[in-house]
Amino acid sequence: MSEIPGNLRYAKTHEWIRLEGDGTATVGITDHAQDAMGDLVYVQLPEVGEQKTAGDETGVVESVKAASDIYAPVDGEIIEVNSALEDTPELVNEDPYERGWLFKLRVNDEAQVEDLLTADQYQAQLDNA
Amino acid sequence: MGHRTPLYEQHLSAGAKMVDFGGWDMPINYGSQIAEHNLVRTACGVFDVSHMTVVDVSGAGARDFLRCLLANDVDRLKADGKALYSVMCREDGGVIDDLIVYRRSVSPDAQSYRLVVNCGTREKDLAWLASQCAPYAVDIRERADLAMLAVQGPQAIEKVCALLPQAATQIRALEYFSGTDVAARIDWYIARTGYTGEDGVEVILPAADVVAFWKELLAAGVAPAGLGARDTLRLEAGMNLYGNDMDESVSPLVAGLNWTIAWEPRDRGFIGRAALEAQRSAGVAQKFVGLVLTEKGVLRGHQKVVVEGIGEGEITSGTFSPTLGYSIALARVPAATGGTAKVDMRGKLAEVKVVKPPFVRNGKQVYSP
Repeated sequence: MSEIPGNLRYAKTHEWIRLEGDGTATVGITDHAQDAMGDLVYVQLPEVGEQKTAGDETGVVESVKAASDIYAPVDGEIIEVNSALEDTPELVNEDPYERGWLFKLRVNDEAQVEDLLTADQYQAQLDNA
Repeated sequence: MGHRTPLYEQHLSAGAKMVDFGGWDMPINYGSQIAEHNLVRTACGVFDVSHMTVVDVSGAGARDFLRCLLANDVDRLKADGKALYSVMCREDGGVIDDLIVYRRSVSPDAQSYRLVVNCGTREKDLAWLASQCAPYAVDIRERADLAMLAVQGPQAIEKVCALLPQAATQIRALEYFSGTDVAARIDWYIARTGYTGEDGVEVILPAADVVAFWKELLAAGVAPAGLGARDTLRLEAGMNLYGNDMDESVSPLVAGLNWTIAWEPRDRGFIGRAALEAQRSAGVAQKFVGLVLTEKGVLRGHQKVVVEGIGEGEITSGTFSPTLGYSIALARVPAATGGTAKVDMRGKLAEVKVVKPPFVRNGKQVYSP
């Protein structure tokens, strides 16, 4: 059973997003995604300052098993990336919702988050897969 | 549901992530394949390899049969217990399987050998043996009643000796690539062989005994290790994987396996000899090499290798090397390839170093940069 925190929103492509309450949001990949990937060995992150539209390729996570693209869940500007992942990509496996965060966005329109899945909806997607 | 080894429930209890492997439900890891890999290199890990196929070949014609069947020569086994690594070829030289053969006993009227062959090739190999043995007085017996554990790492032999005190002296006396029956354990066989590039043993034992021994190993602090770690370890050690690095369409001469072929004595006619000799005379156009990628990324099987001004090759096995901290691969490339090449990685050409495997032995980098 994978962990799916109730206070987050989820993209169908297995990213989670947390609105921080100050116009920014933090994005990472879900527990299900890190488990499916296996041990991560490289994480490619976007550049600070890049403008992203929901659905844009915004990085790559690579494990021993496979490489997988990461997609921006909402429109926004990249304001910070988790540079710890350069040397310790395994943080994503160990703590996907906290220390394993990937990047932060300044969100153009917080209401866009309503288009994403709730925890229950994401669980349902996993159950039906 | 696939085939299950007697350790299936133990794997689940140990937190294994199970996957299908050649029709078997096997543990790919128990949480982190990289952690398991590192434990094998620094301490000790245990692999359930009971899915592999054990075949006992015995009779008055066993020696002659195996000298015909295998590209390596069982006459090189000069004492009971000695083992060797060999390929088994088709008439056209293509590799049917790779295997280890152990000499149990040899006398003029009766010889006894044990073969350990791959899991995925089981049906094919048994059919091949059955089809080739008619001219020989030989009994071929698959030992599906036996399980197998690989205990690997610098602490492996000491851990195993502590659990088998009556056999400890025998086990410590084992040379590399040698095996022995085990005092006080009926139908157990222990050999100083492995698929990791570390010291250690492979233990072949009755299925009825394997759960208890597995539990004793874990209680003694030996970490369970899965198939994910098994693959990164063997690739670092420069060991081939059948199905990736060679198959029936591939000659051992382009899979880095020339060293396993016993060309002498010249009058030993083994299956595939004529074809392989013809290939040698004609000149072999490809060679088998190691590749090292020092930028970010993971080399993967089937990626194209581009050698400027010379031609193209193909990666046969690629992975991330936990011990080295970057990606490595085995590849078939044009014979004239020099010290560098490029690999097509998802549309981008990345530069790689071309080296002679192995990459790691006994925990340390061994290739020349």
